Amino acid sequence: MVEAEPTIQCTMRSGKPVVEVGGTWTIFSVRGIREKAEKALQAAGAGKATMRSVDARGVERLDTAGALEILALVGGGPDAEVMTKDQAQADVFDVVRKNMCVAPPERRVNWFAHWLEEIGRNSLHFYTQAVNLCAFFGEILVVFVEACLQPKRFRINAVIQQMYEVWIRALVIVGILCFLIGVVIAYQGVEQLRQFGAETFTVEAVAIGMFRELGVLLTAIIVAGRSGSAFTAQIGTMQVNQEVDAMRTIGLNPIEWLVLPRITALVFAMPLLAFWGDMTGLLGGAVACTIYLDFTFVQFFDRLRDTVGVWHFYTGMIKAPVFGIVIATIGCFEGLQVRGSAESVGQLTTKSVVESIFCVIVLDAIFSIIFLLAGV
Amino acid sequence: MAEGGQLVDHRNGRDVVLRLRGIRTQFGDKVIHDNLDFDLFKGEIVGLVGGSGTGKSVLLRTIVGLNEARKGTIEMLGVDASTLHGKAKRNLLARTGVQFQDGALFSSLNVTENIIVPIREHAELEELTMREIAALKVALVGLPADTGEKKPSELSGGMRKRASLARALALDPELLFLDEPTAGLDPIGAAHYDELVKGLCHSLGLSILMVTHDLDSLNAICDRIAVLLDKRVVVGTMAEMLAYDHPWVREYFHGPRGRASRQE
Repeated sequence: MVEAEPTIQCTMRSGKPVVEVGGTWTIFSVRGIREKAEKALQAAGAGKATMRSVDARGVERLDTAGALEILALVGGGPDAEVMTKDQAQADVFDVVRKNMCVAPPERRVNWFAHWLEEIGRNSLHFYTQAVNLCAFFGEILVVFVEACLQPKRFRINAVIQQMYEVWIRALVIVGILCFLIGVVIAYQGVEQLRQFGAETFTVEAVAIGMFRELGVLLTAIIVAGRSGSAFTAQIGTMQVNQEVDAMRTIGLNPIEWLVLPRITALVFAMPLLAFWGDMTGLLGGAVACTIYLDFTFVQFFDRLRDTVGVWHFYTGMIKAPVFGIVIATIGCFEGLQVRGSAESVGQLTTKSVVESIFCVIVLDAIFSIIFLLAGV
Repeated sequence: MAEGGQLVDHRNGRDVVLRLRGIRTQFGDKVIHDNLDFDLFKGEIVGLVGGSGTGKSVLLRTIVGLNEARKGTIEMLGVDASTLHGKAKRNLLARTGVQFQDGALFSSLNVTENIIVPIREHAELEELTMREIAALKVALVGLPADTGEKKPSELSGGMRKRASLARALALDPELLFLDEPTAGLDPIGAAHYDELVKGLCHSLGLSILMVTHDLDSLNAICDRIAVLLDKRVVVGTMAEMLAYDHPWVREYFHGPRGRASRQE
């Protein structure tokens, strides 16, 4: 907004230096006024310290920012004398003078110290997070054992509703992605193995890769992204609305009502989805082989039956429910960590996805070692 | 009835800072306001009341431009706000301030930075000057000086309301809109807040329209009261409202709470 310029002039009146100000003194017009004031004072040969009175009778428009600047001209002390045009402007000066204070300086950050602090804080956070997650898992186990003794506490309706969300509605995306990965592996396999004249081994490459690792891992990552995050967001929103607190005061255990159904649903949904992923992956591989290798479907599945042992399939299926438990537990745990604002729902949702994918891959590595030792 | 929904004309030659004429708002087929007229005069505080669902917040949102009126004109500080675009609209926004019910402070910024946001956007000033102005506003709304460094999530509800008022006052607006400023405050906090608003209105020459349900606020600081009745507003002083014959108005002002708030 463009406004009329403020004016500053220094004069002597009956032996006393006086600053005369006039024009418009509003927040839109006071840009660069301090330099201007400095010059005007220097021109009059007077320092800021000697100025004690202001004649503001020439001011046409005034607001608090303008009044602040005018008072700053004379050091803003309580003994500063201000002449004003009318009562309204005098009121503004009064209000500003009463509330004037030194602006706190901007906080300077020492980058090295900040960096060290962040590392320390994050390590500590990682530790407490791990401990809390274990404690939460223990709590779930207790509720689970109780529920086993009284099966109606499994809340079958909630489980079915969650199954629909995490299983049925994930079928399309899991199917498409695994199919494409199957195609990609087969294509790469054919290209590389052809150099050794071993392109028929593509069947094993696709089948073992999908069964042992990719089918279940890909499914777990998709589930972590769409269901784990949804768990955190749902429970987190309930936490913000104090719904979880309300449940507690009514005597409902949130773990029994919110957490257990979600975990149960995912424990069943994960193997089902992983199986579906394996199958679509194989189909993708078979389609790619018919295109690049002049295989027929029958040849592909014949070779599959003859060369790929069933344990390859089992190893993947064993991992699936474990991944389900981990993803659901972390999703629900982070949801219950939400405190206060809606902002933390977003933060914790991100965190829950990152943590569950991290845990899934770490567990996958551990499973590999176990299977290696067991010789399957 | 006098101009602008008034029972008796109280203009007394004052400028009209907000003039609504023939406002109609509707959602789908549901008409919220129809042919609504209202005037806000310079330097006064008007409290807007109405039963739930009568569209108090909708009216406030319509005035500040968050919701479009189907019909009618909104004239703010002498310019027709509904036809403005671009720079002219920004200039008008710089002369008004809005305080939302729960503060609506930007959660990623601290209080000082929140206050500086509108200043930086509309008036280019030096960093130090802006920080000084922010410190002044923090003190003006009665918050301790160290509040400036705090994030909104570290403040209590009452402090958030004050910080939000400080942000609304950042550019010294001529026109201020408050949405339920005392809701959720304890009686002492609410009384202090009322005093603060009244003092600011008096010393800075603000004109204020506030949505409120707080009968004490209506009594203590509002010069006039606007009541949303049958899709329009009826405006009058407390005395006129007490004498006004309408079932809702009678129940509101003559009910036990209304009576209690007038007994001083």
